[in-house]
Amino acid sequence: MRFLFKTAYGQDIRLFRDGLTAAWYGVLAGIVVLLPVLLSRYYIGEITWVFIYGICGISLMVLVGYTGLISLGHAAFLGIGAYAHAYFLHLGVPWVTSVAIAVLITTACGIVVGLPALRMTGIYLAIATLAFAVIIQEVFTRWEAVTGGFAGMAVDKPVIFGFRFNNEASFYYLCALILALTLLLTQNLLRASTGRAWVAIRDSEIAAQSMGVHLALYKSVAFAYSAAVMGLAGALFAHKIAYLAPDIFSILFSIQLLLLVIVGGLGSLQGAVFGAIFVALLPPIIAIMRDAIPNTMASFASATGVGAIGAIGRGIGDFLKKPGVEAGIFGLILVLVILVEPAGLYGRWVKLKLFFSTFPMYKRDSFKRQKNYMRSERLR
Amino acid sequence: MLIYKATELVNFAQGDLLMLGAFIAYMAVVWWGVDYWISFLIAVLVVGAFGALLDRTVLRRVIGQPQFAVVMLTIGLGAIFRTFASVTWGSEIYTLPTPFSSVTQIAGVTLSHQYLSIIAATLILCGVLYVFFSHTRLGVAMQATSQNQLAAYCMGIPVKLIFSLVWAISAAVAAAAGILLAPVTLIDTNMGLAVALKAFAAAVVGGFGSIPGALVGGISIGLIELYAGATLPEGIKNTAPYILLLTMLAVRPQGLFGTPGGKRM
Repeated sequence: MRFLFKTAYGQDIRLFRDGLTAAWYGVLAGIVVLLPVLLSRYYIGEITWVFIYGICGISLMVLVGYTGLISLGHAAFLGIGAYAHAYFLHLGVPWVTSVAIAVLITTACGIVVGLPALRMTGIYLAIATLAFAVIIQEVFTRWEAVTGGFAGMAVDKPVIFGFRFNNEASFYYLCALILALTLLLTQNLLRASTGRAWVAIRDSEIAAQSMGVHLALYKSVAFAYSAAVMGLAGALFAHKIAYLAPDIFSILFSIQLLLLVIVGGLGSLQGAVFGAIFVALLPPIIAIMRDAIPNTMASFASATGVGAIGAIGRGIGDFLKKPGVEAGIFGLILVLVILVEPAGLYGRWVKLKLFFSTFPMYKRDSFKRQKNYMRSERLR
Repeated sequence: MLIYKATELVNFAQGDLLMLGAFIAYMAVVWWGVDYWISFLIAVLVVGAFGALLDRTVLRRVIGQPQFAVVMLTIGLGAIFRTFASVTWGSEIYTLPTPFSSVTQIAGVTLSHQYLSIIAATLILCGVLYVFFSHTRLGVAMQATSQNQLAAYCMGIPVKLIFSLVWAISAAVAAAAGILLAPVTLIDTNMGLAVALKAFAAAVVGGFGSIPGALVGGISIGLIELYAGATLPEGIKNTAPYILLLTMLAVRPQGLFGTPGGKRM
């Protein structure tokens, strides 16, 4: 096991832990650049979804994972970003300006929603953001002059400085670039005083306040930044989905975003990306399973001569084809993750790494968390 | 409609338990031809037992974890229940026949017995719950558990049992509400979500953890929705409760009947 002795403050806030880590991230970047050459168009499209969900994940990770504020209405911000961007594009505003305006609008909305949030914690905040999301969804439906209502709204391919992002691969690179920039920006914020203030608020508001953290300011900043990143993701989302309708940005979508950060692992940007991979790739995997399971089991049944296996396979296939099953699978995974691995995929990854680096000496309790028996904040 | 008082846990699966209750009652009445009242009882008992089972198997494991975990857990459970319901009962819309189909004229206003039954049952349910929580040993023990689990445990309260009971009661109440609502909203797999959201609005407006508050909150939400639907442009009706909810949270977060909570380290 390598142990890093930190002798200077600069070492503690470095972007990469050491040269080796930086090299591994370089390799990852190389793979991302090379992928479109190797894969077919369908898979490039799916990986583009991973990038867009990754940006959403960063947004929610800042709020939920780092500042400790729950939001059940983040799909609303995504929708605001998407619709604003699409609207201004239709007006003929250039792409970069349009994205900037969309981000500004979502930031403003984030601040407005964040204001009441300063007075609320925990569950009240969750309900308030939920209410906000419901209202915004109704606005999308009714404000037909801007959003087109239920008829929806078509979004063109992006054109930046005269270059048209026509095919999947070019849009893939655009999303990858924006994701990388967002990651860099967020990581820089997180290792600076802002990020430390957020973490302090998450761990104990009272302690943070006593250390001189301006609670209202930093919570507002967290909300505004989260909304801004979500607006950015919304702009890309609009291009990717190509046709906006109000029912996309439902509460279920907000919950899916929360699922993303929880499955990924709260409190780490890597977790946001892990979660994005999971959430973006699960639906296509279910779709593949839908046909693959009955087929393989049928062929297995004919090979072995046991008819029951084929019947079971058909049953599973039929089950997966029913509407609404996907939401249930998401719910099941959410429950299992919370029960089995509250630290998420990234937490599991960290544990695996520690297991191998300390090989025979691994202790389970290294990651044991103190239980905190719920105590009411009511004082009579 | 919500049992928050005892657990300080918010159950986002409440709406889906409500839906399950309605479906079970429907099955009992229509498919098996059981009497309405007996099937009411069956549904309430089954869902109540199911709530206790849920606590035993799933929810007990997250005791000691942040509130956030419970919120997400119940959301996940709700999604599973919805899928379960849509797979078993399909996505059709059902109507539950009830014995209350006639109408009465009181002072020139026509009241259908269905609505009267809902009002009466709500009042009775709230009354019973209120008495239970403030005047019985068990109810007070539940409140104590909600305020400080460790202290309650030290005082000899069987915290685990209390938790199971609380979930059982809350699930049973949800089922009862679902059966009462069934004739009005009709039964389908998504009925729970819409109702649960409005119930949250009602609970917040009235003040979380206060039963009279929940009643008043529910009535005011219902009235506002009606008036907004009648007088304001279309589309406001659906959002009015939530706008009220947001303003309420911004202006008076503890709700109309809530007690302003002090904070302790």
